[in-house]
Amino acid sequence: MNNIIKRYIPQILVILFVVLIFGFLTLNAQTNMDNRGIDFGFGFLSQESSFDVQFSLIEYSGSDSYARAFLVGLLNTLLVSFISIIICTILGVIIGVARLSSNYLIKNSAAWYVEFFRNIPLLLQIFFWYYAALRALPMPEKADAWFGVTYMTVKGYYIPSMVWENLNVFLYCGLAAIIAIIVLRNYANKLRDTQGKQIPVLLYSVGLLIVLPLLSFLFGGVSLEFEIPDLKKLSKISYIYEGGISLPPELIALVLALSLYTSTFVAECVRAGIEGVSKGQKEAAASVGLTPNQVLKLVIMPQALRIIIPPTTNQYLNLTKNSSLAAAIAYPDLVLVFAGTALMQTGKAIEIVSITMLTYLTISLTIAAIMNWYNKKIEIKEK
Amino acid sequence: MFKIIKQLTSVVAMFAVLFAFSTETMAAKKSKTLENTKKRGFVRCGVSQGLPGFSNADESGNWTGIDVDVCRAVAAATLGDATKVKFTPLSAKERFTALTSGEIDILSRNTTWTLSRDADIGLTFVGVNFYDGQGFMVRKGSGISSTGEFKNGTSVCTNLGTTTELNMRDFFDSRGISYEPVVFEKADEVVAAYDAGRCDTYTTDKSGLAAQRTKLSAPDDHVVLPETISKEPLGPVVRQGDSVWEDIVRWSLNTMIEAEEYGVNSSNADMMKTSNNPAIKRLVGAEGELGAAFGLDNDWNLRIIKQVGNYGESYKRNIADTGILPDRGPNELWTKGGILYVPPAR
Repeated sequence: MNNIIKRYIPQILVILFVVLIFGFLTLNAQTNMDNRGIDFGFGFLSQESSFDVQFSLIEYSGSDSYARAFLVGLLNTLLVSFISIIICTILGVIIGVARLSSNYLIKNSAAWYVEFFRNIPLLLQIFFWYYAALRALPMPEKADAWFGVTYMTVKGYYIPSMVWENLNVFLYCGLAAIIAIIVLRNYANKLRDTQGKQIPVLLYSVGLLIVLPLLSFLFGGVSLEFEIPDLKKLSKISYIYEGGISLPPELIALVLALSLYTSTFVAECVRAGIEGVSKGQKEAAASVGLTPNQVLKLVIMPQALRIIIPPTTNQYLNLTKNSSLAAAIAYPDLVLVFAGTALMQTGKAIEIVSITMLTYLTISLTIAAIMNWYNKKIEIKEK
Repeated sequence: MFKIIKQLTSVVAMFAVLFAFSTETMAAKKSKTLENTKKRGFVRCGVSQGLPGFSNADESGNWTGIDVDVCRAVAAATLGDATKVKFTPLSAKERFTALTSGEIDILSRNTTWTLSRDADIGLTFVGVNFYDGQGFMVRKGSGISSTGEFKNGTSVCTNLGTTTELNMRDFFDSRGISYEPVVFEKADEVVAAYDAGRCDTYTTDKSGLAAQRTKLSAPDDHVVLPETISKEPLGPVVRQGDSVWEDIVRWSLNTMIEAEEYGVNSSNADMMKTSNNPAIKRLVGAEGELGAAFGLDNDWNLRIIKQVGNYGESYKRNIADTGILPDRGPNELWTKGGILYVPPAR
């Protein structure tokens, strides 16, 4: 009995304390809002937003609702985070491995890179990539074509867009290729475990991934045309490209700043992971006759990943949250569109800020959940 | 006996009503914001982050501008010293939250008076100190001379959280022109992006365009188009719920405008005490008890005129002499062809 009291009393007190604090805060906010004649409610979400957004992944115009404006902002946040996470991972792994290189030049340039980008505040880097790069870029009419069909200009990066016919057939072929690869891998693993035979899975996989979709062009009636950006005159001195896809300079600057900055932290995680695997492992693996490639793939990396994943998850979360700095350079992310324009036009500060906070929390928790699942998967399995 | 009791109760009831009534009027005259301001010793005023002519700080941190002068007038009226103001620079996005949360007591930040802002979000607009309208600025070399010449795909730089964003959409939508809005949180960032060639045009209130043009690397290469696409009455804002404070701010502004109408300025205000015109005498506190209505002494308006000056002086000092908008346009007195018209102070 005594033990039960000892165990539960502090917990009950803590819960009571938290409830009381939240209750007080809610009540306080409510009285203050009543005094100032501010209503609380989420009805505004279905009202017409009547403002436009520069860049959107879904159809959106000012006659759509605030809820849709929220979705536009959310998708833009996810887009910039997703691209940046991929780029910073690739860069981070390369730099992290380079820091362990025995080549003096590679090792030191990687170290300089990390120290340089890690120690400059992110906001400054965003401003740098936006304003400095913006001023250096040519006006649309003076831009040289990159790869013949893309144009990097002060108004954005214009690339050809793809016009598909029978896109679904192409996608099914891609899906079939992926399924075939999974089957092949399982078969190869079984072959290795039972007969000790090795087949070049990677080579076959790449082959499948190229050949199957290619077949869809020949027999599936799939066709692809490119719409190439075309220069159009707006006034005597201003031009713009029409057709194709335009990536706004705000998106490019933000992706550059976020991925360069975060890649330094990822690089350090990778380095720590590889250095964390004891040297004896490598020597033991070599002594049983594994090739250096196999040593890295089968012995070092599986152990290093266990060390790399948890801190890298943190970096992904940071990157996603840092993407909210987008508002400084007019990239229409969740903070700019919803917690900025929508908040101003409706005046619903408490509602909008809570929705925005909950959204970021959800994004972060989702990323954390995915990474935790992956971490569980590669953990040492005690048998 | 019964009759006496009845009479007594009616007398008591009458007193009760009187008492209740008098305490009520006493309470109404008390302004919590005014009390706190007096206790604190300065007026808390929200201004822009730097808009020449309206609210702009120099190198040593002195704020000037016609929006700044409204706060100075309130400080002169309530505290007797126009310099006792603490200015808080706010972005368009932060301004209303700062006011409703009680961080500032007056928002004097080129803010457009609209129905939804006035009625919806716990604010009260007290008047108009500048009649403005939204316009467009373009590069001279573009050859564009009117807003009718904008084509599909025009990129437009502007500020976040303003009526500008909404007007811009109305304007382009009603003409069926597709455009690319590039929206920044700070005015300086808009100017920098427009200057770098990110946008074909820059839109905001015309006064703002005139002021921001001075910040461009080559101001003479840019021109403000003649069309005005919206009404933008700019004025000071207070929190809802303190009607006495609201009146103080409203009549501080009105005093400046009426002083100009009657030819009272900072240098002749003292002499006007002996004027023959009762309206002028009321304006300099020599007649009537105007200040008592909101718990101030009788020299409140004289101090405003002496320390801050009338509206015309403020306009000349901040907007005309700095070359931003030498022509007063609609911001001229109603007696001189403008639309500045305030209720009489009596």
